[in-house]
Amino acid sequence: MAEAMAELHPKVALDVYKIREDFPVLGRQVRPGVPLVYLDSTATSQKPASVIEAMNAYYRQHNANIHRGIHVLAEEATAMYEEAREKVKNFIGAASSRQIIFTRNTTEAINLVAYSWGLSQLRRGDLILLTEMEHHSNLVPWYLLAERMDLRVEHVAVTAEGVLDENDFDRKLAMGPRLFAFTHMSNVVGTINPAKTMIAKAHQAGAVTLLDGAQSVPHFRVDVQELDVDFLAFSGHKMCGPTGIGVLYGKRELLENMPPFLGGGDMIKKVTLGAFKPNELPYKFEAGTPAIAEAVGLGAAIDYLNKIGMDVICQHEQGLVRYALERLREVEGLRIFGPSAEKKGGVVSFLVDGVHAHDISQILDQYGIAIRAGHHCAMPLHEKFQVPATARASFYLYTTFEEIDRLVEAIYRVKDIFGV
Amino acid sequence: MDDFYRELIIDRYKNPQYRGSLNPADISFEDENPLCGDHIHIDLRVDDEGVIREALFEGRGCAISQASADLLMEKVHGMHVDQVKRLSKQDILEMLGIELGPVRLKCALLSLKVLKAGVYGLGEATDDLVEE
Repeated sequence: MAEAMAELHPKVALDVYKIREDFPVLGRQVRPGVPLVYLDSTATSQKPASVIEAMNAYYRQHNANIHRGIHVLAEEATAMYEEAREKVKNFIGAASSRQIIFTRNTTEAINLVAYSWGLSQLRRGDLILLTEMEHHSNLVPWYLLAERMDLRVEHVAVTAEGVLDENDFDRKLAMGPRLFAFTHMSNVVGTINPAKTMIAKAHQAGAVTLLDGAQSVPHFRVDVQELDVDFLAFSGHKMCGPTGIGVLYGKRELLENMPPFLGGGDMIKKVTLGAFKPNELPYKFEAGTPAIAEAVGLGAAIDYLNKIGMDVICQHEQGLVRYALERLREVEGLRIFGPSAEKKGGVVSFLVDGVHAHDISQILDQYGIAIRAGHHCAMPLHEKFQVPATARASFYLYTTFEEIDRLVEAIYRVKDIFGV
Repeated sequence: MDDFYRELIIDRYKNPQYRGSLNPADISFEDENPLCGDHIHIDLRVDDEGVIREALFEGRGCAISQASADLLMEKVHGMHVDQVKRLSKQDILEMLGIELGPVRLKCALLSLKVLKAGVYGLGEATDDLVEE
């Protein structure tokens, strides 16, 4: 065993034990004598002390409303909020910070595009192309819009292996979609889609592209200009940042031509009774007092990820997922969903014959192991695999190989209890 | 923890005694838990006095939801529908003999929710049928 492990453990520049010290919650026990094994980072990541401290410091030292007040606190708060925007811009390689719109999360960013771009640019009968791999957040906003505007919706098929069917993609592009919205990385099976090629093809077919980066931006380097993507949506809380803050990136000319999404303060240049003139980008899309402390926290999270290095994080997770697949394959009666390690990120969904995913999760919890059980907000994909639910273990920069060993040991315990 | 998966629950999950369907049935109802996709269908035969003579379920889901349905079908055999209407969350917990957190409670209560919606003749099963 030890030898096999040494072979599978990659030589990485990431000191996972040192990193773990940065995350206060990873030091806790879930029950007396039972340390936490957190394998649910795809749902939300844990937060390093530097993020928690940055938000704390904001509230303790600087708190004020932004963009308006002419006093020291207001100026500091505004500078901190805008500095966070600048960090996001650099992190995803955007040309201008005006293209960075703060939202609540990925879901809200996608809804912004649906209601602002979609309502103003699409016409009755237009086609929207999605995929069978999407999270509900990249399905339902489009279904709502389709119902309201009488649009057509098609989905690129997923193969039994859990990757997008290239031929089906080509076929459906030939139908002339106005929009192609797809996930960069599946939150269920971890498949990383070849976004750059797919975006280029979609552009050739005349479609505007939206990339759901909720699972990709936290885990590997995503460069919007290199990808040439039109819209990118992602969330802060999956990348070591707080909940309540997300990002929409958009190409300048698209954003300029879009009407406001939410109305209120901060998004206007001028209001007279009965009329308004919208503000410039990005404020046009940021109505009301935003999540200021959360933006500051996201900025601190980006600093943290940059300090470690996205390439190093990605390499660490690749090693983890290779090892996890190797170990899980040993377990008799365990079915793994999704493609092989080289096509995916640090997510493994599985089932044990004769045991429901909820029961797996419940028993694992007794060993301090936090995984996710359910349909992971991707019911259509589970329908495709013909299972109501799966158990999902997911990894991040703080996950250790020993934790995967603990997972496998606990799965054997599940099998004992259920006698399978 | 081994208490949680009491032998009774594992046993009734793996060897249910009231799994099946009745055709015709006097009362049929089904519902699912949208969070996890657990699904329960219940068929009842009720005599002229309102007493349940036969009760069977079909379904898929976790051990808690399926064992709970099986035990509930056993419990309501010979019970008057008015008594069924008075069954509560507490009755289910006593029947299962375990403590449950809020998420798993939904699994355990799905069959009661379906059963009560059926005997009340409601259009849909709602959570307030099993909350008190």
